[in-house]
Amino acid sequence: MAQTLKTPETLMVNPIDCTGHGVCAELLPELIWLDEWGYPIVDPRPVPPQLDREARRTVAACPALALKLMRR
Amino acid sequence: MTTTMNEPATRPATTVPRLLPAAPEDLRRHLARYGPAPYRGRAGLLIGDIEASGLTGRGGAAFPVHRKLAIVAQARGRKVVVANGAESEPASRKDELLLRAAPNLVLDGLQLAAEATGATEAHLYTHYGATPEILRALAERAAAGLDPVRVTITQAPPRFLAGQESALVNHLGGGPARPTFQPPRVTERGLRGAPTLVQNVETLAHIALIARYGPRWFRAAGSRAEPGSMLTTVYSPDGKCRVIETEIGTPLKNLLSSGPETQAWLVGGYHGAWLALPQAALTLDALTLDNGTLKKYGAAAGAGVLAALPSDRCGVTEAARVVGYLAAESAGQCGPCLNGLPRIAAGLAELAGPRPRRAVRADVERWAGLVEGRGACHHPDGTVRFVRSALTVFAPELSRHEKGQCSATNRRPFLPLPDGIPTSEDDWI
Repeated sequence: MAQTLKTPETLMVNPIDCTGHGVCAELLPELIWLDEWGYPIVDPRPVPPQLDREARRTVAACPALALKLMRR
Repeated sequence: MTTTMNEPATRPATTVPRLLPAAPEDLRRHLARYGPAPYRGRAGLLIGDIEASGLTGRGGAAFPVHRKLAIVAQARGRKVVVANGAESEPASRKDELLLRAAPNLVLDGLQLAAEATGATEAHLYTHYGATPEILRALAERAAAGLDPVRVTITQAPPRFLAGQESALVNHLGGGPARPTFQPPRVTERGLRGAPTLVQNVETLAHIALIARYGPRWFRAAGSRAEPGSMLTTVYSPDGKCRVIETEIGTPLKNLLSSGPETQAWLVGGYHGAWLALPQAALTLDALTLDNGTLKKYGAAAGAGVLAALPSDRCGVTEAARVVGYLAAESAGQCGPCLNGLPRIAAGLAELAGPRPRRAVRADVERWAGLVEGRGACHHPDGTVRFVRSALTVFAPELSRHEKGQCSATNRRPFLPLPDGIPTSEDDWI
């Protein structure tokens, strides 16, 4: 596959789908922490390359499928 | 359908009022004044004029109208246009008055927007549903064969968020009038999947006039950056409310009283901001009704709700009443809004009473930071703007409350709220 220039990805929560399970903050404490009601606050900056794998694993683990990796 | 430009029957008003006639106009009077809607003959042709006019949405968000038109016009397949007159902001009355006084201007704008986007389905979504004026206008237009696209009328549920674009689309699709997470935006995927143009009824009335008189005429009013006129709903300290069409950029002191009977201004309604009255005359003159200026004060024109809070009321109590309403109007879908708004409201209610606990103010400020930017819609953001400005403007009153005092001599509620706050699930449908 040809090498493509990728815009960095950022984590995004769909707040309607999110049920405040909290798995994301446990798996990726570097970029996600929980507010006082248990809902995730995600780092708005692009996911750094060294956390790329963990970020993907966390997105896949969200029981509500509310966490996404999005470009821009 | 006609493809020629129709000469206006009377000279267009370069100043205000442009939209509001002195008395309600039926189709005969409307045609005598404006002539028939100047259809361009095919999709897309009107959009350049709208772009040149600089028209922005008058429902509150002030989004450039031509951009939404262009997105829907460029889409393929079935497309929908919606005239949004939900006016779910309880203090706003301008859309209701416009629909009574000049329904044909709104309906012209809806048909012109349908032509410009290539939409074959048109809706009118209003707070009161099918009012006699609307029904009469639609019947007269049908009899005269004026409307290429049939218009369906739907009543908005009495909820604050019912007029939010995605909530509106959900409701027209048969669901509850609750917002959805975007993207995709309704212009890309809206009513039953079709690209949907939602424009406030006032915006459509402006479109109807720009289509006739052109962008230069439109720009003769307002400021260079924010051209045209806008409808405002203005509350004076005596509690009376008037709908006033005004040029954008008008000094607020021309609309709102600034004498000793007034203690603060509310600009932009319940998602808007409180402003302390500037003491210096120069500053007062410079405080104008346009988003470029209001942004410096943390405010925005919104849907044009302006209020002068009388000096005999307690500002904290007024703010607490409104925030109680806003919290009850959360759609309850997003965790931060569902959890944060009721806590903020309870905190403000305590601050409105005698001797609130010291920690409450900091709690409210922290919760405000926690809900901001974390909703699928802007309800938490707008509520936070209102709350933060209240904490700043009414800071002296908050200090009095901490000492067990209150400066109010009149306990009668000032800002209007709906009689009963709906609470059941059915109220969304």
